[in-house]
Amino acid sequence: MNIKFKTESFRNDYTFKNSAEAIRRFPFPFNEDKYMYSVNMEPHVPAGPPGHAYNKPIDVDEHYVAEMHDRAMVLKEDPLRYQALPHMMAAQWDTLELLMEAQAAGYPEHFTLERNGGQWRWINRPMGIDQTFTFGDASTLPMEPLEFITRQAQGDFVIVDQRDGQLWCDAGMVTTQADWSLDFDIGMNFHEWHGPVPLAHEIGVFDRALKFLLNLQQGKPVRRLNWTMTINPRLDTSPENYHKWGPDRATVTPENVGNKVHLRCELQSLWRLPRSNAILFVIRCYLIKMEELVTVPKWARRFHRVLRDLPPELVDYKGLTRYRPATVGWLSRFDDGQPTSPGIYPE
Amino acid sequence: MTINTEMKVRVAKVTQVADKVKRFRFERVDGEPMPVFSGGAHVIVSMRDGKALRRNPYSLMSSPEDTKGYEISVLRVENSRGGSAFLHETLKEGDELVLSQPVNLFPFDQRAKKHIMMAGGIGITPFLAMMDQMEREGKNFELHYAVRTRTHGAYWKDLQQRYGAHRVKVYCDAENLFIPVEKILANQPLGTHLYVCGPAGMINGVLGKARDMGWPKQNLHSEEFLAPPPGKAFQVKLAKSSRAIDVAPHQSILEALEANGVDAPYLCRGGACGQCETGVVSCDGALEHNDHFLEPDDKASGRKIMICVSRIKGNEVTLDL
Repeated sequence: MNIKFKTESFRNDYTFKNSAEAIRRFPFPFNEDKYMYSVNMEPHVPAGPPGHAYNKPIDVDEHYVAEMHDRAMVLKEDPLRYQALPHMMAAQWDTLELLMEAQAAGYPEHFTLERNGGQWRWINRPMGIDQTFTFGDASTLPMEPLEFITRQAQGDFVIVDQRDGQLWCDAGMVTTQADWSLDFDIGMNFHEWHGPVPLAHEIGVFDRALKFLLNLQQGKPVRRLNWTMTINPRLDTSPENYHKWGPDRATVTPENVGNKVHLRCELQSLWRLPRSNAILFVIRCYLIKMEELVTVPKWARRFHRVLRDLPPELVDYKGLTRYRPATVGWLSRFDDGQPTSPGIYPE
Repeated sequence: MTINTEMKVRVAKVTQVADKVKRFRFERVDGEPMPVFSGGAHVIVSMRDGKALRRNPYSLMSSPEDTKGYEISVLRVENSRGGSAFLHETLKEGDELVLSQPVNLFPFDQRAKKHIMMAGGIGITPFLAMMDQMEREGKNFELHYAVRTRTHGAYWKDLQQRYGAHRVKVYCDAENLFIPVEKILANQPLGTHLYVCGPAGMINGVLGKARDMGWPKQNLHSEEFLAPPPGKAFQVKLAKSSRAIDVAPHQSILEALEANGVDAPYLCRGGACGQCETGVVSCDGALEHNDHFLEPDDKASGRKIMICVSRIKGNEVTLDL
């Protein structure tokens, strides 16, 4: 399968768009007509109709080259979007191995990994990279192994170390985040970095999730979907750059909802790493415009209902307050009240 | 949906390494590489012994980077429940077994400035893999290894040869040599972590001294897999599926459930990981908690039980299963 990589932007003129195929493969996060937090984890095994974002363990799509270009721009302005504490070197190599193997196995026409003992050769055709290096010897790469590979893989990456019955946010590459900061959270534990989330603490979600993750097994990755909304297809909605994107939320009018308002879905996968016993947390962001979303009638009906009935705490936490009424009004035109089928996939 | 990630393996080699200690090398039947693991990890070995299915945890001792095979060392215990006797007396080269994916409940702390390991007897096994990894990663470590006699102790000669006698110190009961725990603990740089693996008495003794000497508990690590202690027979009732299952004197609740086709979650089968925590609906006797996992409050509440090692003193317990 040859992916046709697009040239597009996630800033300034915002030329990002999904092709018809990309819309069908979008990981729509609602399996019913309402939403509340839950420990909604399931085994991260290939699933979904052919072409769906769930088909491969590490998904590469038509936005790959443009996303990597956007990441490079973010890092140039703010190198602290990549950080790794010194004790995370074994986990860095674990992550490099995982991402290279998964991309090469999933997309052999675009990526090749040759392993000859400790001598490795990595070929990334879409980005024009051909790198020979010694696995385990960071001096043979142009930068640290985690930075090297996450400049070539879609999604944000956080590696959490496991100590004292806790998980610690000790390394990461974070440039496509929904308003959180690696620089702020680095070194924090699981409960600390989830501190701001409303309602979920009260229903014990984080205690149960932590217990589950502490026993996450090698060879058995898990996934969950999370979501928010973004005005304009901007990947880098970071607190550091709030001044650049925050004001956009006041620009939504009933006329421009279809093109401006995006559902932002995070496909989160969690992997126990072999050498370090750390956990790799992949947060892969997918964007879809409202006018693209409503081309799937089931999603149009369901998202209208979810957004209309969302608890006020979540509206506030997700930052939807200003433009939710206009968006719900616009979506209502696509909701005829018919029932929706179970599950997340298009009908 | 669950993923089956168990690996079918063949016994590639059996080696007698010391009195009552045998080493087993396993290679995959499908020829695929074994997963790399982290030093301190164990696997669950599933053994078909006649009619009985035995599942025991064993620490991996081979090099974590050796993806051609895994090795474990097994002590033949006197009152074996069946596992070590089966491995020592029945299992031969060429036989097939099933291994779980590696699980690490005894990882070393990557931040440590120095690692001190103390092993008693067969407790050496996780440290063999740990030292291999630490050496490759350039970590600062030393091992203190207590053996009953020189012929009982496995691997000490190899270890001294490989890492040097200054990093591998052997203490032999028969020669009246014991690990000078207090002396060792008294003179360590900040950021040193201590790891203990061996009999319960040794673990408790060493950790107790370390705490008395002011070592922070985050720097103290130990691993001991408990075999489920035997007791009197009783009956387990399953509240959700309305079934009744008998637990024999030498069987754990988990084993009895499995023998009756009930698929209950587990990871370590040794009372350490917490995966098999199960709700107790009612019990006509007393819960006998044998695990290291539940907090004292949870044990006292009578509402939770770790079914891999704990049982009841009574006739009947109803579980939330």
